[in-house]
Amino acid sequence: MAEKKYRVVHYLNQFFAQIGGEAKANIPPLIKEGAVGPGIPLQQALGEEGEVVATVVCGDSYFAENIEAAAEKVVELVCPYKPDVFVAGPAFNAGRYGIACGAACSAVSNKLGIPVVTAMYQENPALDLYRKEVYVIPTADSVRDMKEAIPKMAGFMRKLGLGQEIGLPQEEGYFPRGIRVNQFVGRTGAERAVDMLLSKLRREPFQSEYPMPTFERIPPSPAIKDLRSATIALVTSGGIVPLGNPDRIEAASASKFADYNIAGVDDLTPDAYQTCHGGYDPTYANDDPDRVLPLDAMRTLEKDGTIGKLYDLYYVTVGNATSVANARKFGKAIAEKLKAAGVKGVILTST
Amino acid sequence: MVHVATIVPISLTVGANRIVPAVAIPYPLGNPELPEKEERELRLNLAKKALRALQVEVEKQTVFEE
Amino acid sequence: MRLELGIIKIEDVQFGEETTIKDGTLYVNKKELMALALQDNRLSEADVELARPGEEVRIIPVKDVIEPRVKVSGPGELFPGMIGKIGTVGSGRTNVLRGAALVTVGRIIGYQEGFIDMTGPGAQYSPFSETNNVVLILHPIDGLAGHAHEEAVRLAGLRAAVYLGEACKDIAPDELEVYELSPVDTALPKVAYVHPLLSEGLLHDTWFYGVDAKKILPTLIHPNEVMDGAIVSGNCVSACDKHTTYHHLNNALIKELYRNHGKDLNFIGVIVTNLNVTLADKERSSDCASKLVKLIGAEGTIITKEGFGNPDTDLMMLCKKIEEYGIKTVVITDEYAGGDGGSQSLADAVPQADALVSVGNANEVITLPPMKRIIGDLKSAEAIAGGFVGCLTAGGGLNVEIQSIMGSTCQLGFGKLTARGY
Repeated sequence: MAEKKYRVVHYLNQFFAQIGGEAKANIPPLIKEGAVGPGIPLQQALGEEGEVVATVVCGDSYFAENIEAAAEKVVELVCPYKPDVFVAGPAFNAGRYGIACGAACSAVSNKLGIPVVTAMYQENPALDLYRKEVYVIPTADSVRDMKEAIPKMAGFMRKLGLGQEIGLPQEEGYFPRGIRVNQFVGRTGAERAVDMLLSKLRREPFQSEYPMPTFERIPPSPAIKDLRSATIALVTSGGIVPLGNPDRIEAASASKFADYNIAGVDDLTPDAYQTCHGGYDPTYANDDPDRVLPLDAMRTLEKDGTIGKLYDLYYVTVGNATSVANARKFGKAIAEKLKAAGVKGVILTST
Repeated sequence: MVHVATIVPISLTVGANRIVPAVAIPYPLGNPELPEKEERELRLNLAKKALRALQVEVEKQTVFEE
Repeated sequence: MRLELGIIKIEDVQFGEETTIKDGTLYVNKKELMALALQDNRLSEADVELARPGEEVRIIPVKDVIEPRVKVSGPGELFPGMIGKIGTVGSGRTNVLRGAALVTVGRIIGYQEGFIDMTGPGAQYSPFSETNNVVLILHPIDGLAGHAHEEAVRLAGLRAAVYLGEACKDIAPDELEVYELSPVDTALPKVAYVHPLLSEGLLHDTWFYGVDAKKILPTLIHPNEVMDGAIVSGNCVSACDKHTTYHHLNNALIKELYRNHGKDLNFIGVIVTNLNVTLADKERSSDCASKLVKLIGAEGTIITKEGFGNPDTDLMMLCKKIEEYGIKTVVITDEYAGGDGGSQSLADAVPQADALVSVGNANEVITLPPMKRIIGDLKSAEAIAGGFVGCLTAGGGLNVEIQSIMGSTCQLGFGKLTARGY
């Protein structure tokens, strides 16, 4: 008998693992030998090349209520089997199951470095949470789609198992992850632009090379009721730093933010402060850094009682080519610190 | 939080909820063409506007022009 | 307007007793070139080095790159309003040293200068790894202010390029390229090119017939005008997507539109506009530019961009307003999707921008080996956009974003780099 080419571990919830329904949704992670439930047709689809050596199971409620711990336990259980591929689901439109599949795949990928894949419906809330880090195969919205889902998953798993390169989402059949990858192609940008315009003018189909991005929306915070007693903080993406840029915040693509103490400082002057932002003419900010970080104005408003206090620290980064992912990270971290310090409002300035 | 920024369309696109339009990219709260005293007054007024925005309840993204 | 470009192919560059061209080699009299540069007493020191394709050379920090040309016949002077007399250019005959480039290097002025690797994995990201480069290294006098420093280096570079170009004035060209917007079949769709120029201040400026582009209102030009230097770079907005003066002279989109003129389209002109620092200016310029596109009867336009970030707003305003006039648009832009490619690539978006050409993610990080010879100052890599403290590896290798490489994501569509969604 030919030796199996790659080993697979499969993740299922308590229902598909045939342990029980909702009543068993609280079971913690456990592992069984071989294929179980949908793992059996999956094994058939993998044929002689792949072997489902084990199946990890966890109750949907248990996972949802203990995501980190459950994911860690899954990794622990999977590790000794040394699989070449880890597959979870299909979860179809089940939210908790989708999250468990995504989280399990993410943990196995990060901790064990094993290629992972899961499958779910496009409206499953878990999709947007995990699609960037985990391959997700589209399915329909219910278990009726199992017959279609299995061969799609098997085909993709085969590629992962054999170490083959995964191509574009539209070629390989997975949800676009929103990851941009550079490539040299056969024609120049100018040639492609003229071709694209000609197609558009002729009303022929064309493919835009980048779909318009969307940004998340957050609900507005409540208004400040009592400004006169509130502590207000200043934050800027305009790169205002102490002279010499002591923390070496980059002129572009900032990898960090910093805080500086302004207690007792009434005015930002060029002998003590500068800008380190490379994306705008620095002349004016260097002549008077208050133009970007309005410290002098805020001191006036503190002294006349308009605000209770200007927070002793200000936060700064450089918003030049800095990625949204990093900016989000910085924003969250700064917000946590300000909240912990009792700051009630923030004026964020940008250039 | 109130975002004091010149390019309001970007502030709107990336999702700020309270926006106060600033003067220019290299000097959002300044104007080097004004004499010093007037420039400081301009900055103080912008800061006051920003603080006013923090005291207004908003339900969606709002640009505080006036 | 009919312009002939007399192409003289340069295959090598050497120092020589006389600045001249012989059998495809450009010989440079180093002393003369240095003296020419130092005519501007804002500059204290000048040096010249040569870099050829394939050599293990890294040139850093680069301010501008200019193609040596010379006006042989026809009205006007090269770089009108800058070092040449003001006058409409773009007709007659201009000779071009194709395969040569004048590169200006020297102590960093702002944060945005870049570098060129003449060989290795970094070479394919820059068109200047394939040119024979005459590198002019310039140092300012002590205490020279930023604006004056930038201007001194800019003008020195243009003068140097013209000086080299003069050497080929009387040489019979290897090839002749003819640029003329001859009348075409009226059934062909009328296409205009909207060309925004960066105009945001020190090291972020562009010059149009010698005037700071901040001060212009959108205007219609003949595509030939750029070929004689009507547009000159005064910026290093990030090396990857700055239009060097070389890029302006050789605008890839203009060449491509010319190639299709009379075949698939009727290229009716170029609308030059700016990228200013206030919202009101952005609205006014995009209003005027889009209105001009409509008034000249365009059916389709291609819009390019210089820089990124707030210029994304200009790009979207132009696209939206032109589409609202019923004119079809295609937009060329690069992306800033983060080192992992997972962030939003643009700072602004409109639904009308449904036809977009991407020239690559500028945040891609690349590891480059050390080079045997450095022209300039390697340490400046830590200060330039795309670099960071610690990006220099032991031995002189670089771990940087392609953002720091001259021309890697030029949004005039020069290169073959793109980004795909995975």
